[in-house]
Formats: sequence, C-alpha cells, structure tokens
Amino acid sequence: MFYREAGDFKVSYADDSQTFPIKFDRYRYYAVLAVAFGIIPFLINDYWANAILLPFLIYSIAAIGLNILVGYCGQVSLGTGGFMAVGAYACYKLMTAFPEVSMFIHVILAGGITAFVCVLFGLPSLRIKGFYLAVATLAAQFFLVWLFNRVPWFYNYSASGQINAPERDTLGIIITGPNAPAWATYLFCLIFLTVCALIARNLTRGTVGRTWMAIRDMDIAAEIIGVNPLKAKLTAFAVSGFFIGISGALFFAVYLGAVEVGEAFGISKSFLVLFMVILGGLGSIFGSFAGAAFLVLLPVILKVVGVDLLSWPTDIVAHFQLVIVGALIIVFLIAEPHGMAQLWRVAKEKLRLWPFPH
Amino acid sequence: MKKTLTTLALGAAMAAGPAMADLVFPDLSYRTGPYAAGGIPFSDGYNDYFTLLNERDGGIGGVKAKVVECETGYNTEKGVECYESTKGQGALIYQPLSTGITYQLIPKVTADNIPLHTMGYGRTSAANGEVFSHVFNYPANYWNGASGVVNYLLEENGGDLSGKKIALVYHNSAYGKEPIRTLEELSKKHGFELVALPVDHPGQEQKSQWLQIRRDRPDYVVMWGWGVMNQVAIQEAANIRFPMENFIGVWWSGAEHDVMPAGAKADGYKAVTFHNVGRDFPVFDDIQKYVVDAGKAAGAGDQVGNVLYNRGMYAAMLAAEAAKTAQEIHGTADITAAMMRDGMEALVIDEAKMEALGMPNFGPTFNVSCENHGGPGLVGVTQWDADSKTWSLISDFKPSDTEVIGKLIEEDSAAYASENNIEPRCN
Repeated sequence: MFYREAGDFKVSYADDSQTFPIKFDRYRYYAVLAVAFGIIPFLINDYWANAILLPFLIYSIAAIGLNILVGYCGQVSLGTGGFMAVGAYACYKLMTAFPEVSMFIHVILAGGITAFVCVLFGLPSLRIKGFYLAVATLAAQFFLVWLFNRVPWFYNYSASGQINAPERDTLGIIITGPNAPAWATYLFCLIFLTVCALIARNLTRGTVGRTWMAIRDMDIAAEIIGVNPLKAKLTAFAVSGFFIGISGALFFAVYLGAVEVGEAFGISKSFLVLFMVILGGLGSIFGSFAGAAFLVLLPVILKVVGVDLLSWPTDIVAHFQLVIVGALIIVFLIAEPHGMAQLWRVAKEKLRLWPFPH
Repeated sequence: MKKTLTTLALGAAMAAGPAMADLVFPDLSYRTGPYAAGGIPFSDGYNDYFTLLNERDGGIGGVKAKVVECETGYNTEKGVECYESTKGQGALIYQPLSTGITYQLIPKVTADNIPLHTMGYGRTSAANGEVFSHVFNYPANYWNGASGVVNYLLEENGGDLSGKKIALVYHNSAYGKEPIRTLEELSKKHGFELVALPVDHPGQEQKSQWLQIRRDRPDYVVMWGWGVMNQVAIQEAANIRFPMENFIGVWWSGAEHDVMPAGAKADGYKAVTFHNVGRDFPVFDDIQKYVVDAGKAAGAGDQVGNVLYNRGMYAAMLAAEAAKTAQEIHGTADITAAMMRDGMEALVIDEAKMEALGMPNFGPTFNVSCENHGGPGLVGVTQWDADSKTWSLISDFKPSDTEVIGKLIEEDSAAYASENNIEPRCN
C-alpha cells in the first residue's frame, strides 16, 4: 500500500538511478541514519559500545569487504583474518611512528596497505579458481599470522609479542585507549561504516561492479564481451582488501586495544566473516549488515537469556550457543541459500503487491 | 536494520539490572574450549570459597559475597564483553585467568578504577606498583617462576649449569613468550644454552617440536603450556622417552588433568608452584561440610583438592582478605572497587592469618605495598607420582633471582610508563 513505486514520479535521470528508488525505502534509510547518528550517541554507554555496537559496526565493514570479493566477484577467500591482521599491524606501526597524525588518516592508510597486500595475494586468482583459490588464500592467512608472530619489528620488539593501542585522537577527541568515550569510538566506526557502505553500494551499481558480476557469473563469457579479467579481479581484491584493512585497524585500535595475532586474527576469524557473508546473503550490501548483526548479537542474546534470565550454568549456555548457531547455519543454507538478504527481498516483493497479491 | 534496533533496545532493558548490595566478585571463567580443563577447577575453587564464606561466616564483614560468572572461553573478545557486562554490577576485582585478557584489561581497569589481580600470570612488570596502580600479581609472577626453575636446576647440578642445554616449549602467545626474556638473561648469567620452541594455539600439534627435542637432546625441557597443550606435550615426551624428572612445567602446566592422560609414563614429571598442594588443610573440612555436603559446590563438585582448585580457592581467599582489609581501612562493610584497591595495596598475609583461615603453610607470608604489587616471589617444586596419583612438594618455597628480575621489571614497566605517559606514584 505504502511500499510501491506507483505515484512516486521521477522527473530526472538522477532521480531515476538513485540507490533507493522507492520512497518508503528512502525514508527508512534516512530514519536509520538519523537514529544511528543523532540518537544512539547520546544514549550509548560502555557496555553497549564495547559489547554490541562496535563489534557489529566493525564486522559489518569486514563483511562488506569480503562480500565484494566473494559475493560480487566470485573469488572465494579464506584469508580475511590475515588481511584484518595486516590492517591492524599497519595501523599500529603508523600510530606508534606518527603519534601526532589523526586516527582517520591512520585507518585509511592501513586500509590502503591492506589493499596492496591483498592484491599481491590476489595475483594467483588470474590462474586458479574455486577451491584452489580458497587454498591459496588460506595460505595467505597462515603466512600472515606466522609473519606477525615471527618478525619482532611488527610488534615493536615488545616482550609479549602483543600490540597495544596507545591513546590517539582525531580533532582533539580521544578515539583509542581506555579513556576514549563510548560515543566517540562508536561515531568513529559508524562514519567509516557509512562511507564504506556508500562506496560499496555505488561501486557495485556502476561499471566496476558490473564487470565483477560478469566475472562471477561466467569468466570466459565476460572476457569475450570485453571485460578485462586482470583488471576486474585485481580491483575486487583491492577494494575488498581496503575495507577489510579498515575493519582490522578499527578492530585492533578502537575495539580491543590489545591484540595477539594468533588469537584475534586466526583462521576462525576468516570463517566467522565468511559465515556472516553467507548467512547474510552473497552479493548484497544489506546482507553484510544482516549477517554481521546476526552473528554478533546472537551470542549476546543467548547469554542474556540463558545466564541472566534463566540462570543456567555458563558452560551449558556456551555449549548451547555452539549448537544453536550451527543449527541455524544449516537451516538457513537449506531453507534460504541466498541468505537473509533474500528474505528481505521476498518481503519487499510481497509488500509491493499487498494487499492485492493477484 | 530496524529489527536489529528493536532487539538492541530489548537487550538494554534486560542488561540494566538493579543495584546489588552484595560484594560482587566477577569470575571470568572458561568451562568450554581447549583451555576448559584448567578453567573448570580454578573457577570451582573460586566459587566454592565464596560459598563457604557466605555459608559459614555470613559473608565478608557481614555482607554476602556474590560471584557473577561469565564464560570467556579464553577468548579476548568475549572477555571484553564479560568485563563490560559485569563492571556495571559493582564489580570489586577482576581475575580473568588469561594473560591475553589481562593485557586487554590493564588500561581499562585503570581508567575505571577497579583493581585487577593476576596471580601468577598476566603482565609480569605489573609487580611495579609505581607504574601499575590498579594491577596486582602477588604472590608470584612468571619471571619468578622462570628463575625458580633455573634455581632448582642449579641446585640439582651443584650450582653450575654451564654447557647444559635447556629447551623451552612454550605456548605461542603473550603468555608463553613472557618468560623468554628472563630465561635469556639467566642463560647469559649461568652459561646454559636456551632453545625456544613455540607451539601454536591450541597446542594439539607438537610432533615437530618434540622431534627437534629428540634430535637436539637437551638436558632439560621447561614448559610454558596451558590447556590441552600440556597433556599433548607430556604424552609426546613419554613417546620419545624423554626422562620425566628432567621435564619441568610452570605452575600452569602442573595439574592432575595434565599428567593423567599419559598414565604411568608421566611418573616423575615436575612443575613449579607458589602455593601448597593436596587437601591436607583444615579449610577443606569446612568446604566439605558447608559446601560440598550441602550440595552447593560449583560445577560438578569433583575437583576439590586438585592443584588448580586449590589455586582458585587461594585466589578467592586473597580477594576476600583484601576486601576485609578494605573494610577495616574505610570503616564500612559495603566497600567499592576503589576501596578494594586500597585494601589490596595494604594487604598483609602472615602466619597467624593463614592459621586462622585453616590454611597453615598453604602459601607464603607477604605484605603488599604501594611500590611492590608482586609479593615475595617464592617458588617451590612439585612432582607427580603416577602410582598414588598425587602431586607432592619436593622442594620448599625459595626466593628467586630478584637481581635479574628486578632489573627487567624496572625496564619493562618504564617502557609501559613512557608509552602511556604515566607518572610514577608512591612518593
């Protein structure tokens, strides 16, 4: 009834090609932005920031990055944890080498460095595909973790091999370290997420995104119609690496503050982000958000319900969580292989026709 | 997105619980994952001691103690979530039993004014109270442990280790890397050769490390392991027929569950410790009577008297005594985290107190001061007897090489202070 194109007249080409062609969608989008930027920062406390919102925002960036590579360009990657580690260590080296520079610049540079590393490891994708590429990126994962454990220069020769985020600011507002206010860390990550999502959304709607999708759907056919596979694949690796690097830098500097590479950026992190992308929906920006929210929130909700409300023993709840997350992944893959984004799409389709479905 | 926000709001309403009048002791435990074997007995001991205080004495200074358990799975992200969710409930002290989580919490607790007690783990240089105002690691730290091992070996070899080869098998994490610096210094001082062999998380795969040990034939193997890594290492050592009496673990690699899987082959394996072993102390009669027999034991209730159970109980005892001290200093039974910190800094553990608690000779006597948050650092050695399935103390608690350790602590804490712009206190 209210969710439909009818009556929403487009009078210019710009209007016609906007991201959200339906009025309701557009207003919903503005409302979410208004709540996220205008209301949440005033209500937020440490628990909300550190336990729920920061991981959600940061994993969303990582999921968008991986979605570009896997969902849009069809290049399977198991190296997300390693690439996040590149972002984190690049950010750490930059933070300690140039303390007076703004955190914004550090995080963006860390993303750039990760993009470069990601392209290097993406080079084999020109020759190998599918499972073989997955194994090559798996090698990247193990190599990078080994490298950051092995070479003391990366962790500034600290005794424990850990990296600790010193206190840094941007425009005089403390962003990292224990004294950073919750709203500042939240807004900092939110700005990065918003910009990343906008860039990703517009890239995927334009020429670049269409060449990626052409490569994903059938690379030989794409080559025949004039898509350059070298350019398409490497840009996908670069853009994806840039986003994953940003998320790694934020994960270390803003969220955790101290990181041990093997534990924080191990293979389980790669799988976690991959699950987010698969559950959320391959090839969908909204799906990246949904997947990240699902896998970040589910453990917290289960814990709140199981331990705090029902007073079950903590170990039982922890085990249940494994069972439930595992079961949900299987159910999702069987019932809706295209992820939560597809559910959303179907719901929108139904809404459009409602109340006269025939 | 909208749906997400609704669930968020719902969760907020649930997370904001009512203010508690009890003394809250959060227990960041791990009863799941590859490190659960160590996490369960420690957490059981920690819980049971507070249950005992509540049942027998009516709490601490008349106020009930409340333990809030939160499962971390030895994972730093969950540790942060646990910290944030419990700190609002009036948490008095954190004991995360994880070096990784400790590194995360050190700046946070200092900013939030809550004390952190990392007994025998964490950042060793936190022993310097001038720099680390809110972190305590009495009665002993990793470097005491490393030095204790070397001192014991010196004793066995008539005071001379030159030309000997010692291999360090360590968990490749902040925890396992912690002793390397001290051992390197000590190897220079005493002239032994140190070979460091990292084992990656979680430690089930150690074939190549033990192959190298078999090839290099070190005189002694020292282990800095935790969780499933310990059992695997002891099994591997038995497989290559490495003499068990030359294999020494740190105190996190010396519990019943570490040696049991290797059966009779583990006989003679040693581990250092900073507290006594066994259940031959009066306090265990009380635990049996008030906690276990009353059906109030934490977990399955089958861990009483195990090495790590004792350690968890000892950690709880030190926390409870610090709370009592804080109550005396501030003249109120309902203490806050800031008062708790003062209590920890003024903590005195003497013979009479240990006797009164039913733990005579269970741990060392010591005084905590503003400068010294590390305690005396006395280290004893225990050995496993596979026939009777018991650990027994074979070397009394002896001081470690404070000359070497003191210098390293000074160095490392100075580096931390300059990184974080901390002015030394205590003047």
